[in-house]
Amino acid sequence: MSHTSGHTVYTKKMHEEGYTILIPNMAEIHFELVRNVFELYGHKTVLLKNSGPNVVQEGLKYVHNDTCYPALLVIGQMMDALHSGKYDLHRTALIITQTGGGCRASNYIHLLRKALKKAGMEYIPVISLNLSGLEHASGFKLSIPLLRRAIAALVYGDCLMHLANQTRPYELHAGETDALVKKWIQELTAQFARGRGMRTGPMRRNLERIADEFDAIERSHEKKTRVGIVGEIYVKYASLGNNDLEAFLREQDCEYMVPGIMGFALFKTDNRLEDIRLYGGNPLKYAVCTLLKGFLTRMETILIEAIRKHPSFVAPSSFEHTKSLVKNVIGYGSKMGEGWLLTAEMIELTENGYANIVCTQPFGCLPNHICGKGMIRRIRELYPQANIVPIDYDPSATRVNQENRIRLMLCVARGEEAPAAHAEPAMAAGEAQ
Amino acid sequence: MSEKDMLHIGLDVGSTTIKCVVLDAREQIVYSSYERHFARITQKTLELLETLEREVVHGEPVTLTISGSAGMGMAQGANIPFLQEVYATKLAADRWLPGTDVIIELGGEDAKILFLQGMMEVRMNGSCAGGTGAFIDQMATLLDVTPARMDELAEKATRTYTIASRCGVFAKTDIQPLLNQGAAHEDIARSIFVAVVNQTIAGLAQGRPIEGNVVYLGGPLTFLPQLRACFDKALGINGLSPQNALYYVALGAASHRETPVRLGEAMERLKAFHAGESYNALPPLFASEAEYEAFAARHAKDAVPILDPSAYEGDVFLGIDAGSTTLKCAVTDGDGRLLLTSYRSNSGDPVPLIREFLLKLLEEYPRLHVRRAAVTGYGEELIQHAFGIDDGLVETVAHFTAAKAFMPDVDFVIDIGGQDIKCFKVHGGVIDNIFLNEACSSGCGSFLQTFASALGYSIADFARLGLKSKRPVDLGSRCTVFRNSSVKQAQKDGAEVEDISAGLSISVVKNALYKVIRATSAEQLGRRIVVQGGTFLNDAVLRAFEQELGVDVVRPDIAGLMGAYGAALHARTMYALKGGKTSLCTLQELHAFAHESRNVQCGLCENHCRLTVHTFPGGRRYIAGNRCDRPTTGKAQDLSELNLYAYKRERLTSLCPTADAKPDGRPRIGMPMGLNVYEMLPFWHAFFDRLGFELVTSPLSSRKLYVSGQATIPSDTVCFPAKLMHGHVQALLDAGVDTIFYPCMSYNFDEKLGDNHYNCPVVAYYPEVLGANMPRLAGVTFIKDYVGVHRRHDFPRKMTEILQKYFPHVKLRDVRAASDAAYAAYDAYMRDIRERGERIVRRARAEGRPIVVLAGRPYHVDPEINHGIDRLIAGFGVAVVTEDALSHYMKKAPTGVLNQWTYHARLYAAARYIAGQPDMNLVQLVSFGCGVDAITTDEVREILEGEGKIYTQIKIDEITNLGAVKIRLRSLFAAIEQQELAKGRKDA
Repeated sequence: MSHTSGHTVYTKKMHEEGYTILIPNMAEIHFELVRNVFELYGHKTVLLKNSGPNVVQEGLKYVHNDTCYPALLVIGQMMDALHSGKYDLHRTALIITQTGGGCRASNYIHLLRKALKKAGMEYIPVISLNLSGLEHASGFKLSIPLLRRAIAALVYGDCLMHLANQTRPYELHAGETDALVKKWIQELTAQFARGRGMRTGPMRRNLERIADEFDAIERSHEKKTRVGIVGEIYVKYASLGNNDLEAFLREQDCEYMVPGIMGFALFKTDNRLEDIRLYGGNPLKYAVCTLLKGFLTRMETILIEAIRKHPSFVAPSSFEHTKSLVKNVIGYGSKMGEGWLLTAEMIELTENGYANIVCTQPFGCLPNHICGKGMIRRIRELYPQANIVPIDYDPSATRVNQENRIRLMLCVARGEEAPAAHAEPAMAAGEAQ
Repeated sequence: MSEKDMLHIGLDVGSTTIKCVVLDAREQIVYSSYERHFARITQKTLELLETLEREVVHGEPVTLTISGSAGMGMAQGANIPFLQEVYATKLAADRWLPGTDVIIELGGEDAKILFLQGMMEVRMNGSCAGGTGAFIDQMATLLDVTPARMDELAEKATRTYTIASRCGVFAKTDIQPLLNQGAAHEDIARSIFVAVVNQTIAGLAQGRPIEGNVVYLGGPLTFLPQLRACFDKALGINGLSPQNALYYVALGAASHRETPVRLGEAMERLKAFHAGESYNALPPLFASEAEYEAFAARHAKDAVPILDPSAYEGDVFLGIDAGSTTLKCAVTDGDGRLLLTSYRSNSGDPVPLIREFLLKLLEEYPRLHVRRAAVTGYGEELIQHAFGIDDGLVETVAHFTAAKAFMPDVDFVIDIGGQDIKCFKVHGGVIDNIFLNEACSSGCGSFLQTFASALGYSIADFARLGLKSKRPVDLGSRCTVFRNSSVKQAQKDGAEVEDISAGLSISVVKNALYKVIRATSAEQLGRRIVVQGGTFLNDAVLRAFEQELGVDVVRPDIAGLMGAYGAALHARTMYALKGGKTSLCTLQELHAFAHESRNVQCGLCENHCRLTVHTFPGGRRYIAGNRCDRPTTGKAQDLSELNLYAYKRERLTSLCPTADAKPDGRPRIGMPMGLNVYEMLPFWHAFFDRLGFELVTSPLSSRKLYVSGQATIPSDTVCFPAKLMHGHVQALLDAGVDTIFYPCMSYNFDEKLGDNHYNCPVVAYYPEVLGANMPRLAGVTFIKDYVGVHRRHDFPRKMTEILQKYFPHVKLRDVRAASDAAYAAYDAYMRDIRERGERIVRRARAEGRPIVVLAGRPYHVDPEINHGIDRLIAGFGVAVVTEDALSHYMKKAPTGVLNQWTYHARLYAAARYIAGQPDMNLVQLVSFGCGVDAITTDEVREILEGEGKIYTQIKIDEITNLGAVKIRLRSLFAAIEQQELAKGRKDA
């Protein structure tokens, strides 16, 4: 169902000519792994790491300024890269995800193409990474083996991110956690290359080894403020999108938890089932989605079980459990953007001891008016300990304002007990006013 | 000094001031100070600490804590303990104001509410809600008084105007026309305070009641008793303004005690930090002195010849530009040479200033014979009536006329004035494409002004400083409110005043280019550019503009007077065309001049516009504030015959009774009259009627209805139509409706115009927000289940399952029959709208009227949302139809964006349709904050411009001022007229 007119398609020929595919960055660990999977399939890729004010400038220049911030950044990052002179523009392609939901995010690819046209570079092909059959490109095929590796990459990514976040703040020897993450990215890539590490058995063994090795890192037992990070998927993960929120929280002596990408994948699959349950639909489609969901759930279970073996780590909750948490809070039909999952993750974090939550969202993010800001009051009614601060990100929202609000949330979290009451302070003589 | 005698210092470094208190061991204040820091934060702090060391501390160890939004970076950099300011307030309040339930604290740029009892909560304004102290200062500047004087004025107010409370820029656009219409300053002053109150309550309380012992803290609430009174009144309380209300943050900081330090050491660290501060810098405006001189010489050439008025005798032409903040006058001879000019602030009331100018003109220069006069600008109509000016013209035309005098083949004109940016392209000698700034980015020029005075400079000096900056601050390009905090950040990082000045100028330019015009290159605008407007007299702005575009532009030496100059040239042309005698006031009339204005409420229709009736000598009368011409002509328009908006409203409101009507005895179900209910009502009405229920709705939106629900709005940046839903549900509850039906709908009907048929997330799921944020809904049956009308076949079964949860007796058989009726009723309604659309088009064509497709969403029919824009357009003698009356003519076609929303697919289809209709033009209504329209507007524009049509967009919000809308519409009509003239010439 290709509906756009006359855009450049990424052809087999381009692939054979060795085009370089630029990948925008989002979740560091996951994307590194997925990129390596693409490389295994003969794609030359670059995971974009360019940041800085020029990325935003390029975004502002080529994307409607009222569009969501992630679009502005992702496209800005790509335009900045294309203008950097580092790439042969006639042998470069771009890739971007397309979810096909009712949110503006499904339009990123079109906005990117518009931007390329504005910049006179419409000859650069853009590959849509989607599972909804929105667009096809002969040069970039999502074959089943590639998909399996990519999904495995996401599971491993979740595991590494989850454990690293719980280890790094407490490590006694600085840098050990990140070194271990790096080691595992290499190790897993090597396994993928040999066709290993994707079946249930090897995956279980890998995940268990990963958990063992993280648990073996020497850690202190000090108590740190535990913070959960939720929100729109891009600004939640991408340091470019959230002014390096994780670094700020590390500076503030916090331990943070960021729910994984598998939950989002399960959510998007589950949406199709819910749609059919709510409005009726094709039983065959229902069966296929149930199968896919079953497959993802099995992966998730292995991951959770591996982490559960180590009581010193907080294991992620299962998707089904997370889903059950919003049963009487918000309907399962609210599926656009992060939908009910965002609300559910806030509750799940609260339940898991990460009740201090930064809810990140692009300024004016439509679904988050509903599932983020719109649900905070209800969550606090049910879980009074939830201490949630919604933070808006956009090109001009300044870090000082954002950090100020997060600090306030942390002050409440740390609940410094106020001393006993006094009468109003009297003015002593000699005061200067 | 032993530890128990130790002093405790707390500093509160805010956006504009530094507050300091020193507590002794008995918790007594031994020292306090409050002063403005004029952006020199680190420096001022150092001075303050030196004073403390010398006068109070004498080298003893102390505890020192910094708090305040602007102090964070400094504290961090110099390793001084920092305490978040809201938390500091809480600490201080717990200690010195026990028993307080709620604290309302307004600062220079922040608004905060602290709920101390029960579930402790602290709320601060979000990045969009604007600053309050700074806002009040800005408004005071607009009224040309001090804030203290404004407070005195407010005390004498007799009435309150509605001023949009969301952000300073909006409020300003509301206040300006009030000033221009001559509303009393007393009333405006109080209205501003009420706006601040509304903003605080709506933005921060978010449904939590403010009651019990309420304490007011911070500068504005300390210094402005009337502001406190407005809060008291709005909240129905009697709040306390405690002693030391300015110092609570500092007090909290002083009671937060970490390891003692010696001030000397802290100062050393501060000095070291001061030296190493950095921020994001842009390249300088001029690399060298020589570069500046070449620049200055080049622009000196664009000058208009000037004549000595006392030496001249003959025909002259007068042009007046009554702008939003300034008043400009120009008198030219028949060759366009300048004789007299005037440029001044309008001080809120242009009438006496123009009288003064005219008196001077007629008395001092009797040999200048004024043959004709023309006026343009915000105050056009008032001035035209007041002084009998011959012609009025819309600003864009005035500016174009003036620009042509400097560059006959100009292809792009940009004017940045005090409050607005206007620019347009010129194609074949016709104004082709108009960009006006949206309400959110206006105020650029006056913002520079406000900033200059906040930093203690005149605007001219401030601008000159910017030229010398070596490292201009990068401030981004969004709204002024954001820039305040960007500046704050830069100051924190050591930017000097010249860097801020240059940065602000660059930011103004970027705002104009990327936000208003949305240009990517100079080629896109054309190469022949004339820049004008007072803001461009600022060389830093001019230079930034040329640098950003990489093109040399023409800036006339009278850049600030171009509107007036263009008006004068227009008067000259009109005189050449028509001749005759001017209707301008004579000298005698001027001497006897009296201007009276009185406020009345129009009772001719349900809008109840607040009118200002001006009377002038000679029986001239001018009515302002009206949204239609009924009060002026006394005639009611036959609305629904030429205005499809009016027809839709009539159809929908006559469908079923409102909730306050007498029940008909059947079980009642209420629906809130907003968002997609505006289209789904015929469907649900037929559905429930057939099932044996009485369907009622909330009444049409009104300001009052909005306010009644505003306390429960959780997201202050959601679109206004969504916010209104809270009021509608409130109205249903107030009328005693105990079952409210408002389903969630991810999907809309599939009209086969797009790739999918979604609703936008807000329309789809807003019922969830209402359910989670309106506690009273827990006491009634609120049905917000997910329904899928797009699946006709499955609908009855799924709907039965839903209904049986609430009404167990409902049978599938009955629901099937009801569904048949519902789908039939919906189809009939849509058909009826299309037929009425056709009828209007036919009639308009028969009568030779232009047709405007006022495109938006079904709920833009709500008069509180569209603010009567449909009537305003109809008032120009134009027929108004809607996008959904035309979209069915088209088949699905490729679009440059993912076409996946039902409502928006109609927009694209309608845009493609009118491309082939010479007498139709499209005006798109866009709700502020509508994320989807960030995508649709560009696409609709592309479709239209691809076919040589003019695209016009109107952004709407709570805002009630139609002045800017009028300019846009008049410009559109003038452009259409010109285009037709040009075509006629070509054809001939």
